[in-house]
Amino acid sequence: MSIDIETARRVAKLARIKVEEAALPALAAEFSAILGFIEQLNEVDVEGIEPMTSVTPMRLKRREDVVTDGNQQAAVLRNAPDAREGFFAVPKVVE
Amino acid sequence: MSDLPKLTISAARDALRKGDLSATELTEACLGAVEGAGALNAFVHQTPDLARQQAADADARLKSGDAPDLCGIPLGIKDLFCTKGVPSQAGSNILRGFRPEYESTVTTRLFGAGAVMLGKLNMDEFAMGSSNETSCYGDAVNPWKIDDRKLTPGGSSGGSASAVAADLCLGATGTDTGGSIRQPAAFTGITGIKPTYGRVSRWGIVAFASSLDQAGPMTKDVRDAAILLGAMSGHDPKDSTSADLAVPDFEAALTGDIRGKTIGIPKEYRMEGMPAEIERLWADGTAMLRDAGARIADISLPHTRYALPAYYVIAPAEASSNLARYDGVRFGHRARLAQGDGITEMYEKTRAEGFGHEVQRRVMVGTYVLSAGFYDAYYNRARRVRALIKRDFEEAFAAGVDAILTPATPSAAFGLGEMADADPIQMYLNDVFTVTVNLAGLPGIAVPAGLDARGLPLGLQLIGRPWEEADLLNIAYSLEASAAFVSKPAKWW
Repeated sequence: MSIDIETARRVAKLARIKVEEAALPALAAEFSAILGFIEQLNEVDVEGIEPMTSVTPMRLKRREDVVTDGNQQAAVLRNAPDAREGFFAVPKVVE
Repeated sequence: MSDLPKLTISAARDALRKGDLSATELTEACLGAVEGAGALNAFVHQTPDLARQQAADADARLKSGDAPDLCGIPLGIKDLFCTKGVPSQAGSNILRGFRPEYESTVTTRLFGAGAVMLGKLNMDEFAMGSSNETSCYGDAVNPWKIDDRKLTPGGSSGGSASAVAADLCLGATGTDTGGSIRQPAAFTGITGIKPTYGRVSRWGIVAFASSLDQAGPMTKDVRDAAILLGAMSGHDPKDSTSADLAVPDFEAALTGDIRGKTIGIPKEYRMEGMPAEIERLWADGTAMLRDAGARIADISLPHTRYALPAYYVIAPAEASSNLARYDGVRFGHRARLAQGDGITEMYEKTRAEGFGHEVQRRVMVGTYVLSAGFYDAYYNRARRVRALIKRDFEEAFAAGVDAILTPATPSAAFGLGEMADADPIQMYLNDVFTVTVNLAGLPGIAVPAGLDARGLPLGLQLIGRPWEEADLLNIAYSLEASAAFVSKPAKWW
């Protein structure tokens, strides 16, 4: 399958990665090569085979639905690029 | 230069317990070795103050007679592990300056057992790579050399492999999503084991592909791998996929007696164009196991050739989801914004600046295969193929096979920069023998088994039954004894 420039632009947008216009053709070509490689999977007969959900047959453990942690505002914010008055700060969002 | 960093973990443990050596002496010797090995670019964040403190604590503990196996043992920790207050960047610029407020479960366990951390080790960015060339710190370099060229130590745990092979530390942690412990171990002549999925907690390890990622030890021999794996393993309520199973005494399982074991030789691993040297190494390894009393059985794992394409759907899909958290809000890098830029521009610029090329490519491939209209055709199909790959192994084990012997890599270490112009798929082929094991969640170990004609190390891989690392390590121990690989890289750095 060949990926066109429009598709490459759309995927970059979905992934929230800025790709310059000039870089799109090369990106599309790389995607095409990788997807071409992946397309071998179409040769496999997967009739009646369920998609794997867990590689080891185990029941995920459950825990009591209680608070086990908290009151760590300073630690949570310590690595933030921009934190103000106890919050993460981001550019204004107007929808 | 002191010879102390050349010690194995087991030898150092015994000397420390006898009082022939102090943790402080051993740590100082390793810090000296690290200091002198800048050319290898293995250690990317050094923690000498922490190491000295941990060594002093270990010495006190040794004196009091309360000394677990790792008490006073200097280790290197892959940069993928979050270590409290110490830079943990996963080899990425997007996590520049990130100092975790918490400690990963693995490092918590290691420190609880008295281990000493010398620093953080170089790796491919977010563990995506097979040559350590996608790292934000620059390439890690293989201590093995045959001419003027610098060789790759493999990846993604390239810094771990280089540090252990060059005797900068006694052992190191690695992680393995498609071969990232076993391939670099093979390229540097050391031992590395990826345990069964769920054996080691993933909590506090920066996630790449959560259904495939497992941490494991990289060491100078099989006994050390058994010791270090034992200390890393165990149930952790903070990782819901961590198995609530008792951890056996892996070291006690090393008897070297493999009489009556059945070793499978899978015909699909005899790849077209496989170098004669790899073929010979594999045949030699098979003969060694037979001579040690194992029964050799030809087996078939028919879906092997679909493992890499399935991996390159599943791993990028999971990565695109896991790496969505790097958005410039909570930690790490945020791009400088232009007048009028909103939150979407912030995300897009931050991720374009912070992620390297290979990471961007994989995140976008993952985004594509998960997008509306393609989810079934790519992602669900890959998960169905994955189920078939796992079934191949289950059928072999059900037929009585105890372990499977394969080459670890399709070649010896290659030169840094040599693959720069190659198609990305050429690089992906490095993991052709290892990636099946992650897809099936099995334990796999790489053991150094010989040198190629140019004098570079080559490894063999043994694949075991789920949760039977003890048995797998014992078979590896027998192979190690027969192969008698003792070569070391000549010091040039």
